[in-house]
Amino acid sequence: MSVRVQAEDFDVGAELEAMGRSDGGIGAVVSFVGLVRDGAAGAPLLALELEHYPGMTERQLEAAEAEALRRWRLHGCLIVHRFGRLAPGDRIVLVVTASAHRGDAFAACQFLIDWLKTRAPFWKLEETTAESRWVEARAEDEAAVAGWGAAPVV
Amino acid sequence: MKLLYFAWLRTRIGVAGEDLPRPPEVCDVASLLAWLGTRGPGYAAALSDPALVRVAVNQVYARADHPVVDTDEVALFPPVTGG
Repeated sequence: MSVRVQAEDFDVGAELEAMGRSDGGIGAVVSFVGLVRDGAAGAPLLALELEHYPGMTERQLEAAEAEALRRWRLHGCLIVHRFGRLAPGDRIVLVVTASAHRGDAFAACQFLIDWLKTRAPFWKLEETTAESRWVEARAEDEAAVAGWGAAPVV
Repeated sequence: MKLLYFAWLRTRIGVAGEDLPRPPEVCDVASLLAWLGTRGPGYAAALSDPALVRVAVNQVYARADHPVVDTDEVALFPPVTGG
């Protein structure tokens, strides 16, 4: 089980390979990769600046992993989240879960990304050719985590 | 108290953080936010919509009635948008 918060990119293939080989009881590895998306209407996206709260970020991600371990039978779990200046198409976040059979790994992976999107203290500043603007939280994200029976943060 | 501000709360208030002596009327999150809102137009603008302000005390999410003491690290930030 581990959490990494870093400016550097990560190697998805290497992380999946390492997870799969970390425990002989693993029969399923599931991953989620989040990318910088130019989905905004209007001016093209130049860059995304990801701000975070060092210390609290790690605590929140570790709490999410602990909750996933409580709910599902996992043999491994990894969350890597980047911060700093990213370009369109860059990787932002990686969630990897491993279990004996696919069901636990699939469910835990979706739970972890739903949880971190509404709990981990990161904020996105979009820089377009026209302006810089803070991304607003989506009600759909809060609804997704509520579906897992998680109480609102405040 | 050590105060930290993130994202647009930081840009509206104008600093990333500050150490402030806790006035006697500040005893919890709600009274802290009320007092901060009187410190200037940047603070007032940042805190004008309480529904958009999340608070963490010592790096744990805290509700309005959570106590605040001199040694606390209190962070104010908008709803998170990572992932």
